[in-house]
Amino acid sequence: MKVLKLKKHYLKDYLNVLRNWGEVYGPVKQEDKYIYGLLDDLDKLDTRMLRTILPAKKFLVPPRFSTFTFKDHSYEPELNNLPNRVVFGVHPCEIHGIVILDKFFLERFPDPYYGERRRRTAILGLSCVPDDKCFAKSTNTHFAEFGFDLAFNDLDDFYLVWVGSSLGDDLIRLKLELFDEEIKQSDLQKYMEWRAWRDTQYKLNLDLTAMPDIMELNYESPLWEKLGDKCLACGACSMVCPTCPCYNVQDQIRPNKTEGKRERLWDSCMYKQFALVAGGHNFREKRSQRVRLWYTHKLKAFITEFGKAACVGCGRCIDTCPVEINVKTVVSELKGGK
Amino acid sequence: MSDNIYLPEPMRIVRRYDLTEDVRFFQVRPVDMERALKLSYLPGQFMMVSIAGVGEAPFSISSTPSRPGLIEFGIRKVGVLTEQLFKLKENEIIGVRGPFGNGFPVDKFKNKDIIIVVGGLGAVPLRSLLLYCLDNRDQFGKIYFLYGARRPAEMLFRREFLELKQRDDLYCYLTVDKDDTGRWTENIGVVTTLFKKLTNIDPENTYVTVCGPPVMYKFVIDEIIKLGIPKHQILMTLERRMHCGVGKCGHCVIGSIYTCIDGPVFSYWDVIHMKDLI
Ligand SMILES: Cc1cc2nc3c(=O)[nH]c(=O)nc-3n(C[C@H](O)[C@H](O)[C@H](O)COP(=O)(O)OP(=O)(O)OC[C@H]3O[C@@H](n4cnc5c(N)ncnc54)[C@H](O)[C@@H]3O)c2cc1C
Ligand code: SF4
Ligand code: SF4
Ligand code: FES
Repeated sequence: MKVLKLKKHYLKDYLNVLRNWGEVYGPVKQEDKYIYGLLDDLDKLDTRMLRTILPAKKFLVPPRFSTFTFKDHSYEPELNNLPNRVVFGVHPCEIHGIVILDKFFLERFPDPYYGERRRRTAILGLSCVPDDKCFAKSTNTHFAEFGFDLAFNDLDDFYLVWVGSSLGDDLIRLKLELFDEEIKQSDLQKYMEWRAWRDTQYKLNLDLTAMPDIMELNYESPLWEKLGDKCLACGACSMVCPTCPCYNVQDQIRPNKTEGKRERLWDSCMYKQFALVAGGHNFREKRSQRVRLWYTHKLKAFITEFGKAACVGCGRCIDTCPVEINVKTVVSELKGGK
Repeated sequence: MSDNIYLPEPMRIVRRYDLTEDVRFFQVRPVDMERALKLSYLPGQFMMVSIAGVGEAPFSISSTPSRPGLIEFGIRKVGVLTEQLFKLKENEIIGVRGPFGNGFPVDKFKNKDIIIVVGGLGAVPLRSLLLYCLDNRDQFGKIYFLYGARRPAEMLFRREFLELKQRDDLYCYLTVDKDDTGRWTENIGVVTTLFKKLTNIDPENTYVTVCGPPVMYKFVIDEIIKLGIPKHQILMTLERRMHCGVGKCGHCVIGSIYTCIDGPVFSYWDVIHMKDLI
């Protein structure tokens, strides 16, 4: 992989250049939280961000979008005219989340909507230092070797910039003169020290390796009832999780009755209607069943299917769930903790 | 199908008539004739049928791939989309995607005896299998068809199945829970009462397929197990809510599997070891 250096004070100049390629998004502070916002004004950029409310999946699978428009009996897929986008500030755990979405959406039955947005979205990674809710080291997602176009590693006065794709290479070439192609031994040293130091910063450690077995053994556990009693079925955990892909489908029709569109909207298996079928039968009527499914899918099913849990340790569920149902509390209780 | 897995293709309704009070037969054909002849599928697969502006839902294919060109469905009127489907007439156009799902492993059925057990609306997908087996009769051993409906008027494809009784290469047993017509000449009783007709079954060499209302499964499976048929040779098709058919929307997930791509056909062994399937 190609590695370059970028002096920190050039970052905004560089992001400004990237606007020639597409819309540039990055971490923006909103009250006491962060979001990935449009950097129409580059001064909005705030690299101190640790986790955004919604993950970068919102660029690849928007919360609501139209899959096709129809007129009488002809269907026009809404795949053209999607904008090029640069998303700056994507942390390693989230890049792993995107790699999981790539597998999910592109391997079996490739999804053209995901594929097209993915192709048009440049992922610019940024290194981070964990807080007490991050556990990406436990999930082995604290470094990303691939899945990004460029990755910026913060080393005080400069970034080490890893070029991860041919698009990334194109983007560098838009303003190559800002970058320094010579990496010195001392830079390498600095990077190695930073890595070792960062590893020590993980305060939260969760061992997920035996989760498939533990989930299986806990299938009838009263824990699920207990969690179900607390859960508000608000679905927030699904919205914020970088690897939750479920959606609903809705048709919108114009008053003329012959024109309209079919839309896809984020959905959550925590919602009561999620498994409801015609005739009123609900396969997961109880909240306890739905909480169990969420965790089974995340911590067991994905391991069976993709060899890896679908949790990347970003801590969003810990940050978000109003009643403290999250990977940390659920895993520790499943393992017999309090 | 276009390479966009979400785009319906226009199909024309060729024929439709009522199978029962609330179930209607729809025979459709892709508007694109070339496509019509190329469309292939397996018994047990389903398609996503939609009316643009109303919605989309999964329906089992009831026709057999051995008779190409036309696709058949049997649709029960239960809600928003199905109500609108019932308003459509011949020559009107609907959107169809698919086929989806695993379907029955008909290759494994070769040279085996086959028992098809049906309750109610389960006749829709299993008719596809039955017709497929009859159209390729020399590939299979003995074929048994056991179908139970509540009343004669609720038996789908009643005339078609009664005619099949005249064939000497098929054991076709029909039953109703209750005869309210006084003219029913076949068996009366629930579908499990037909099992006494199954004599000289060679369990190792037999595949059983079951489809019907959820309440039926337990009783039917008990009977099949009594026959000594291995659990992985007992196949059933399951239903879940589905919005994509291709393993993406998540609605059909049960534990670790997607009913739409890993199913809808599962073996009894799957059901035992995967939990929550039935
Ligand atoms: C694999 C499979 C095969 C099927 N085969 C047949 C068949 O051959 N004949 C038949 O009559 N029915 C079949 N069904 C059931 C059929 O899909 C439902 O009856 C249909 O979705 C009802 O739609 P509706 O809009 O009329 O009902 P409504 O109750 O109005 O539906 C309301 C909402 O619930 C959703 N919904 C309800 N049930 C389902 C469901 N099962 N899947 C997806 N969405 C659902 C609808 O999309 C809609 O958004 C099958 C279902 C599956 C999963
Ligand atoms: S389960 Fe929680 S910690 Fe894991 S990836 Fe999802 S939101 Fe992040
Ligand atoms: S687990 Fe928490 S965030 Fe998720 S639906 Fe329940 S209450 Fe909401
Ligand atoms: S129907 Fe969408 S995942 Fe199965």
